[in-house]
Amino acid sequence: MSTGGDAPRRSAGGRFVDGLRTVDERRVAGLAGIRSRWRALPLVVRIAALAAVAVFFYLLPNLAIPLIPTPDTNFASVLFTVAVYVLVAVGLNVVIGLAGLLDLGYIGFFAVGAYSVAIFGSPASPLATKYPWLMLIPIAIAVSMVSGVILGGPTLRLRGDYLAIVTLGFGEIVRLIAVNWSITNGQIGIPNVPAPPGKFPDGSPLFGVIDTRPFYWLALTVVLICMFGVKLLENSRVGRSWLAIREDEDAAELMGVPSFKFKLWAFAIGAGLGGLSGALFASRQGFINSNSFDVLTSVLFVAAVVLGGAGNLAGVTLGAVLISYLPERFRGAAEYRFLFFGLALIAIMIFRPQGLIPSRRRAVELADRKREAEEEVTAGA
Amino acid sequence: MPDATTGVAGPPLLEVDDVTMQFGGVTALDHISFEVRRGEILGLIGPNGAGKTTCFNVMTGVFQPTSGEVRLNGQKLVSRSRHQITRLGIARTFQNIRLFPEMTALENVQVGGDARHRTSVPGALLRLPRHRREERDGRTQAFELLDFMGIPHAANSLARNLPYGDQRRLEIARALATGPELLCLDEPAAGFNPAEKEELLALIRRIRDRGQTVLLIEHDMRLVMGVTDRIVVLEFGRKIADAAPAAVRADPKVVAAYLGVPEDAA
Repeated sequence: MSTGGDAPRRSAGGRFVDGLRTVDERRVAGLAGIRSRWRALPLVVRIAALAAVAVFFYLLPNLAIPLIPTPDTNFASVLFTVAVYVLVAVGLNVVIGLAGLLDLGYIGFFAVGAYSVAIFGSPASPLATKYPWLMLIPIAIAVSMVSGVILGGPTLRLRGDYLAIVTLGFGEIVRLIAVNWSITNGQIGIPNVPAPPGKFPDGSPLFGVIDTRPFYWLALTVVLICMFGVKLLENSRVGRSWLAIREDEDAAELMGVPSFKFKLWAFAIGAGLGGLSGALFASRQGFINSNSFDVLTSVLFVAAVVLGGAGNLAGVTLGAVLISYLPERFRGAAEYRFLFFGLALIAIMIFRPQGLIPSRRRAVELADRKREAEEEVTAGA
Repeated sequence: MPDATTGVAGPPLLEVDDVTMQFGGVTALDHISFEVRRGEILGLIGPNGAGKTTCFNVMTGVFQPTSGEVRLNGQKLVSRSRHQITRLGIARTFQNIRLFPEMTALENVQVGGDARHRTSVPGALLRLPRHRREERDGRTQAFELLDFMGIPHAANSLARNLPYGDQRRLEIARALATGPELLCLDEPAAGFNPAEKEELLALIRRIRDRGQTVLLIEHDMRLVMGVTDRIVVLEFGRKIADAAPAAVRADPKVVAAYLGVPEDAA
């Protein structure tokens, strides 16, 4: 806690992100060019472009683009898994990429969300309620957020590596509870997890087992909404406070940032998004047991964020897509996936330590400034 | 006890009252008392290891003193958290620059301004009117402060890419953005050439003229003598002088502390 020597002490996540950012500027230059050209576009064009991308992803399961679909598995259900991973990465990015808190037990929140839906929704569970699915999702998010606050309250006073170890422990605790608690039922698990409501005109359920496209569309919609929300937070006092904490927590405190409060918010929001993705996952599976929530998956989540570029929404999205899509696309090699991920991570650390699409703080266009100056003049007049 | 002194005498803004700070067996501050008066520029000087930065750290809540009390406008500061103290009206810079390196200069200053803002997650998510107002005001203020510090061109550069001198200026801008009554500068001229030091002197005066009180730690005696209204001298954690610059310069104890006492005179 001491700042005796005034030496910058950065959070481990911060240092972590830092380490990833020993940037060779030239390597980023190409991207930066794209980035500034993107920013230079009028807002309408940018929104239209983003909308076009969104439409493309909505249509993806219906388009027969060669080579993209997965040969051995139902493409729509792969896309659903990818969307869930992206949602996980968006949430974990808030914690690691923005606030600089290295969370290795993120799977714990994913599990809490999944089990919340199962425990309160499945008729097989002793704690079953009559709440409809649309009610269960907010409950799952709330329970996950509360678990985030419960974990964060005492532990966010820890810094860096210590926090990483505690969160790792948290993930493991959640898994062990899932294995041993009578209600979560260990390996046997909980069947009949409710699916979202809705029926086709012929009476078959909208969110069924055969056609998984509705699930994908639902997850994609949730992802887009959450991304938008995170962007709003990023461009606000909250996002600035997170970055300041990541960069230098002591200096941030001394500049008036209530760091504990904002770290707790980051944890709660991250946990909420993790829980939401777990809830979607459980609803799609219809059945969950303790096998889905191991430490390895937790590390995979972190890998998605780091691989893509911690702190950058587009980057972590790409990372999550790669990590969830590639093993399904190349099913034959899926057994070796951790070998490939290991190699890929080493390669990334050597050749592009800042991630595939690195985080770069937004430069405020000078145009904005001009506009403000004008506002001031008119306000003063 | 504190000598009565000259200088611009306003009411006391900050009172350091009998503060002792021990680290294990080391006494970094030994029953230090002094006050900073509203509207003055107070110099805090002393040889290396005299306890100047420790004093800053106690005032800004980084350290809890072993005993003693610090008051700002009569409000006790000891045991308050650091961000609360900042909001009460003390801002500081650091001996070794501690900006937020991956944020732009503008954002660095905005973080300072956020100390006065209250928007949290709900406000930012829902884009409530207060969020919009605070964003607009914070941005405008940040541009003004960058202008004031003479680095408007740096607004969109990442802090880590700025030249050294601009980083120092940016740190002051960030501190000013928190809206302090008392600005504590920890060796702001370190690494500056004489021309830059002159500029800094003028700047410190202008900050005072804006109505802010300045507490300045500095090694460069000429700079301290030139700008301060009053000087407190520390040596080995004790206060050995508290007087106007001219009186301090003539004080044999201060001369001894800085230059050492010649063998034959001892």
